[in-house]
Amino acid sequence: MKRPKFDPKQAPGAVADWADQRLGGASPLRKLFNKVFPDHWSFMLGEIALYSFIILLLTGTFLAFFFTPSSTEIVYHGSYVPLRGITMSQAYASSLDLSFDVRGGLILRQIHHWAALLFMAAIVVHMLRIFFTGAFRRPREMNWMIGFLLFWLGFVEGFAGYSLPDDALSGTGLRIADAIMLSIPVVGTWVSFAIFGGEFPGDVILGRLYIAHVFLIPGIILALIALHLALLVKQKHTQWPGPGRTEHNVVGHRMFPGFAAKGGGFFMIVFGVLAMFGGLIQINPIWLFGPYKAAVVSSASQPDWYVMFLDGSTRLMPPWEIRIHVFGHGYTVPPLFWPTVVLPGILVTLGLLYPFLEQRFMRDRAHHNLLQRPRDVPTRAGLGAMAVAFFLVLTLSGGNDVIADKFDISLNAMTWAGRIGILLIPPLAYYLTHRICLGLQQHDREVLAHGVETGIIKRLPNGAFVEVHQPLAEPDEHGHTELPYRGWVVPKKMNRIGAIGPAVKGFFVPVEKPEEPTEEVEAAEEREEITSGRR
Amino acid sequence: MSNTETEHETAEFDPDDPKHTRFDLVREGARRDGVEIVHYEPRFTRPGSKEEKRVVRFVALCFAIVGLAALAFIVAYVAWPWQYKPGSNLNKWYTPVLGITLGLALLFIGIAIITWAKKLLPEEVSVERRHDGASPDTERKLTAATAMSMVDELGIQRRPLLKGAVALGLAPVGVAAIMPLGGLIKNHKSDLLTTAWHKGVRLMHDDGTLVRPEDVSAGGQITVFPAIPEGNSNKYADSPTLLIHLRDDDAKRTLANALPINKGAQWQNYVAYSKICTHAGCPASLYEQQTNRLLCPCHQSQFDITNNARPIFGPATRRLPQLPITVDSDGYFVATSDYKVPIGPGFWERP
Repeated sequence: MKRPKFDPKQAPGAVADWADQRLGGASPLRKLFNKVFPDHWSFMLGEIALYSFIILLLTGTFLAFFFTPSSTEIVYHGSYVPLRGITMSQAYASSLDLSFDVRGGLILRQIHHWAALLFMAAIVVHMLRIFFTGAFRRPREMNWMIGFLLFWLGFVEGFAGYSLPDDALSGTGLRIADAIMLSIPVVGTWVSFAIFGGEFPGDVILGRLYIAHVFLIPGIILALIALHLALLVKQKHTQWPGPGRTEHNVVGHRMFPGFAAKGGGFFMIVFGVLAMFGGLIQINPIWLFGPYKAAVVSSASQPDWYVMFLDGSTRLMPPWEIRIHVFGHGYTVPPLFWPTVVLPGILVTLGLLYPFLEQRFMRDRAHHNLLQRPRDVPTRAGLGAMAVAFFLVLTLSGGNDVIADKFDISLNAMTWAGRIGILLIPPLAYYLTHRICLGLQQHDREVLAHGVETGIIKRLPNGAFVEVHQPLAEPDEHGHTELPYRGWVVPKKMNRIGAIGPAVKGFFVPVEKPEEPTEEVEAAEEREEITSGRR
Repeated sequence: MSNTETEHETAEFDPDDPKHTRFDLVREGARRDGVEIVHYEPRFTRPGSKEEKRVVRFVALCFAIVGLAALAFIVAYVAWPWQYKPGSNLNKWYTPVLGITLGLALLFIGIAIITWAKKLLPEEVSVERRHDGASPDTERKLTAATAMSMVDELGIQRRPLLKGAVALGLAPVGVAAIMPLGGLIKNHKSDLLTTAWHKGVRLMHDDGTLVRPEDVSAGGQITVFPAIPEGNSNKYADSPTLLIHLRDDDAKRTLANALPINKGAQWQNYVAYSKICTHAGCPASLYEQQTNRLLCPCHQSQFDITNNARPIFGPATRRLPQLPITVDSDGYFVATSDYKVPIGPGFWERP
């Protein structure tokens, strides 16, 4: 019998046939290909976090090949001359080796650190997007809670990673963490001694942090991310309101090839930017800090940005200590307990429960798949602005010594500014945001009723000047249009309704040359056409 | 288009029908997945137009840059001198060169793919139906019945003995499962109350030499450690101490201010305070000579050295404990006892 000739063109089909015979994957696979994603720039923020996490796993694995999580003291004999002959822990020495004696080790270390910062930043910005647009409302409360937990897990993971190299800064951070544990009433000392295996620093903490940092916490994060995405796929993406978009459909692109290609391309861009950062912008130069010595610290010792707000809250805390005398023994609740244990506890609880609190107070328990513009829910936007202001005041206070130094301000004045600011600025942010939202709402209604401002001033016979408005529909006898607000962008400029050519933004000329309008354009009625949402 | 659509709905779809284009099959597949492709057209009305060629050239150029940058990365990784050398030299550029080449390669892959997806793939709008909310009522009832029948089959409701036995039997197992964590628990009774200092321990510098009064000039301060083996290591993280040589008038004031607990701790113009901040345990190391204030750089607690190291600003609530010192017959500083109160951050059981 003649052997059939191998035809490379038939190969993919043959493989697909082989697999389908065994797995029967044709229809689920096609369903995946055909899954529709809505398109909006703000939907890619979470992707940045996902991609940063993948990069963290890749670079972190490389680092783990060389890092020794041991506090055993050795004398350094590596390439970095200024530290030669100095006694240090193996952890610090192997981190130095990673930076100086492993080919390409430094760039991977720096990419890892930058990726961690970007991971947390992307989570925060993504979370703000979800919050301000109401994407957490029913049915997505669970995914909000998972995402919120991911922030705090990332926080702990980042802190553990920051503590591993055992340089002066990480040791100082650990000592503060120990003090925070000690401050917990009743069980504090037991918690601290259980984690450090005795009095600070002991010799087991680096090994414990290491297993937590490379296995325990990333494992939980990975599982939660998988769950986060599984819920996203099951519940389908939210979308902005717009023509043809309802609570019962998703309007957008099918996942393959377009959407997936954009996602893949975006991963490459995130990776590329992080590679550039890792190569060009120095971060955490541990060789300048020196090994951790309990007696040494320098000024301007700041943690990574996402920890700074707790550093700030600690700095602003007034010196209030609670002392209790019972049964002939005194007990202490140190001031550290409130800003570092109670405050995060409140933040976690409030954040986790926010979707349910809002349901309760706004009496809205309905299903929502359409997003809300922040201006349409001024109370929520105000609360969000309040949270951001709170975070910013604390974060700035976390670096108040640097600000005081650079701007030649009294350090004590900075502390007092923070103490007063934390009470005044968040309510102020709430009030301003609330007013701005109402103003924007009103302007939307005004344009819908009177039309777009044309910038053309007309002089009336009686000498008065009026601006000519372009109505968005046929006006009634009073020149008013009764257009309903649909929860989406109201065109406010003439080029938005096609009356003049679209503005070319930036300095890249688009391939599609904007067409000049050739004839008088009628009041735009084509708002009802279904578009992909790109503007 | 509307004609063919109605046809699809009425007739049984035959994928082998030669009249169907591939897109007809795609559309039918999407429809079966609950997706309606409502708008689909090529990005360029005339295939091979000038604009299309421009985009194609741009994407090709991007991939060319990717190839070059990746190649440059490989060459740099292998051939660029990378080992650390002091001073300014080519080796210092190793990491930046890797970053630029790798970054460019990855960035341009991204730019190429996204341009391809945005500018060359057909324009499309698809609408997918959502099937939100709870399952159909019948489904729920069937599932609930299945679940309830599991309970029935076990008969746990009818057999109270089993109910009790299961509860009593499994509760200890649940507790037993967390017992291994007990290995973490350490007794801590005295560790936080004492340091390495006690009567007769001399003061030493970080380099191990003993401290004499003339080692510190007036108005100056140094960090000292207990002169025991590894006294300056992190093993005794609670023991670093600040030895301050006060000027005459400051010393007099300090002596006059001394609280009962600190009486006799001062030796002539020299005082020694714990360096570990009573707030969060950072070393409080910034000494302002003019005002005799000690500042902790972590959270800016400030202590007044001339008044028992009382906290005068910031979140710290307690004074830095003072180490009682004297000078022995050999002329070296020596501690006359441990600190009188626990050093460092506060904790619940602190006496």
